[in-house]
Amino acid sequence: MAKTLEYPVIWLQGATCTGCPVSVLNSVSPTIKNLLIDEILPGKHVSLRYQATVMAGCGEQIITAMENTWKQHKGGYILVMEGAIPTRGNGRYCSLGERNGNPVPIGDRAAELGSDALAVIALGTCAAYGGIAAAAPNVSQSVSLPQFFRSAGIKTPTINVPGCPPHPDWFMGTVATVLLTGLPKPEDLDEFGRPKAFYGSLIHENCQRRAYYDEKKFAKKLSDEGCLYELGCKGPVTHADCPTRLWNGGANWCVGSGGMCIGCCSPGFPDLVSPIYQKAPDVSLPNIGAGR
Amino acid sequence: MSRILLDPITRIEGHLKVEVLVDNGAVKEAKSTGTLFRGIELILQGRDPRDAQHITQRICGVCPTSHSIAATLNLDSAFGIADRIPDNGRILRNLILGAAHLSDHILHFYHLAALDYVDVTKVAAYEGKDSALNSVKAFIERGELGPFVPRYEGDYRFPAGVDQELVGHYVQALTVRRKGQEMLAIFGGKIPHNPAVVPGGVTETPSVDKITSFLWRLNDIKDFINNVYLPDVLTVAKTYSDYFEIGVGCRNLLSFGNYDLDGANPDYLARNRLMKSGMISADLKMQPVDPSKIAEYVGNSWYEDSTTGLKPAEGKTAPTENWAKGYSWVKAPRYDGKVYEVGPLARLLVSYVSGQPAVKELVDSALSVAGIQPQALFSVLGRHLARALCAKVLADSMGEWLLQLKPGEPTYVPYEIPEESEGMGLVDGARGALGHWIEIKDKRINRYQCVVPSTWNMSPQDDEGQPGPLEQALIGTKVRDEANPFELVRIVRSFDPCLACAIHVMEPRGRSLARFRVG
Repeated sequence: MAKTLEYPVIWLQGATCTGCPVSVLNSVSPTIKNLLIDEILPGKHVSLRYQATVMAGCGEQIITAMENTWKQHKGGYILVMEGAIPTRGNGRYCSLGERNGNPVPIGDRAAELGSDALAVIALGTCAAYGGIAAAAPNVSQSVSLPQFFRSAGIKTPTINVPGCPPHPDWFMGTVATVLLTGLPKPEDLDEFGRPKAFYGSLIHENCQRRAYYDEKKFAKKLSDEGCLYELGCKGPVTHADCPTRLWNGGANWCVGSGGMCIGCCSPGFPDLVSPIYQKAPDVSLPNIGAGR
Repeated sequence: MSRILLDPITRIEGHLKVEVLVDNGAVKEAKSTGTLFRGIELILQGRDPRDAQHITQRICGVCPTSHSIAATLNLDSAFGIADRIPDNGRILRNLILGAAHLSDHILHFYHLAALDYVDVTKVAAYEGKDSALNSVKAFIERGELGPFVPRYEGDYRFPAGVDQELVGHYVQALTVRRKGQEMLAIFGGKIPHNPAVVPGGVTETPSVDKITSFLWRLNDIKDFINNVYLPDVLTVAKTYSDYFEIGVGCRNLLSFGNYDLDGANPDYLARNRLMKSGMISADLKMQPVDPSKIAEYVGNSWYEDSTTGLKPAEGKTAPTENWAKGYSWVKAPRYDGKVYEVGPLARLLVSYVSGQPAVKELVDSALSVAGIQPQALFSVLGRHLARALCAKVLADSMGEWLLQLKPGEPTYVPYEIPEESEGMGLVDGARGALGHWIEIKDKRINRYQCVVPSTWNMSPQDDEGQPGPLEQALIGTKVRDEANPFELVRIVRSFDPCLACAIHVMEPRGRSLARFRVG
């Protein structure tokens, strides 16, 4: 039997709510068990060396495991970063472990691990764009991972997989792409660094309530039938495939439940898509009716 | 005297560090430290009050649903519609919260706590035909054991057969908890971070197909709780029975109760709830909760000292970078100056002592099977058992609620946002008593404050030097092997800590933020 190729993964958590890994736990096909235990693709296994939400060990022993993976697999491991990076107070707003008796800022960890990674996935809107952690007035002075890399002069390319949280398929699909074909080519990503495969179209283009919009049947209050645009839905300005992919094993999705799209995959979420229940300005809606 | 540093603590939500000093084999001092600060309450200031439902869920991706419920109760009260939510809306909220809690309790026992008791590597010797266990065996044979190794070594007490069965349940529970999340999404839209629970009710409407789809996922979960989860907790309890005496803690318990069975009373704590609100101590005597007696102290936290001792409705806090003054981003909430533990244990014992019939019968029967007195529930195992029993009481009730839904009738009541108002939303989340407070001015959030379960449980010392509930549970614990301090992590995880929840701050009032725009 051919030997299984092991792909070490280090998953760091910055200024986060842990919604990203909980969303990944909800993955249906592959399941989270397939990811952790099985060969996720024939002959390839993701070896999760560091992920604090699920790993067995604790404290110094796991910091050592993380640092050993870094030192022994330079250029060969995948770094997944969830959460933004607080820069205020010399990193004391988010630290991980100690070195010589001092807390190690999460930014220092991200810089070390990011420099030598094969690929870096900025998972969730906080890591990709700053998200909730960097929302005004950004008390912790949080920045996104790509922003942090730029200021630290780190050249490792990042793949942004935003969403608050991201759909588990977007994460699994991105990992599988890296394992199958290597790093995405520039033309595979949009101008905000997201895989076009998942973020290529507007929510509004494929929305189940789109016919209401075209017929100008707008919901007057929440829980009504009709298009939610007048009530504040950000589907017309948000790129993601939620309407066709659906969430939680196909059970539902935001607009499906009559709760609206709040634009959680957008750079600038939440501030640029707030107030949530205020109608987006009557901008000309890109990609709509353009014969795509 | 030696120092044991646990940084980070894994298999919890968020960033927690625990540091203890051990003297003559027992913990003499313990410090619980939250190591991440984001400032969610400050982020809320100046925004549309309705946005609080969405933003406060992002406090925590493990328990967002509890925040969505507390936030909407809070907003309902501020908007003057707390007693006007249609029954359909109230019931849908219960079902959404219930689905979250079932999923969460199962996640906690199997995926966060069990690896402290169960040895995954014993599956290497498995010889049966179970495909899940054989895939774990193949994983072990490949030799890369992350994320299950490294780990503490030594105190795994089960024979291989029991370990293998429990590992099988760990894998099975991954699917069962996911089903709970799917159930939630049927009425909540999606999870983590549901869009459908809103002030005024719920945006989703019930239909027979959704009810049926929800029901059969619920039935599967009920089956798992009765035939796998509860028996497994009792299996751990039997083999690790010394943990009925370890991690006792402060023995003051506080619950806000949860699951409104009627919506007529605008005073949430006076409502008839499935799980009751109240406080009890070691003598198991009940006291009612008076939320005006809650205050937060920052004498050992990284906030300005001038803001200590304030009630949440008047909260006024500012972070400081004077690192020497304290040791945590978590504040210290106290009730009437005293330390209280919150969580499933509080919820269960308060409901038990107040004579809730379903709880009384169930707890008496569990105590007899485990061969313990109620007082033994103040412990590591007591917290696990209480969580499983809360899951059972809930799962047994949800089917009936589901059938009370009336397709075609309203789920939502419209309202006006008042120019000025105040609100308070109190409910037990999965991890315990959760309170949201709001002050509205000019139809905007002027102040938003949350006091959440893990702020109570993971709190540092207060201004009087009283250690928090986790710290008290650690102090005095005998540590057999300082290189593998199982006792400490088992105590910590019995609380099911959630640090992103525990840490938040609100800023001096009156600061205006008018920079939000629609892009």
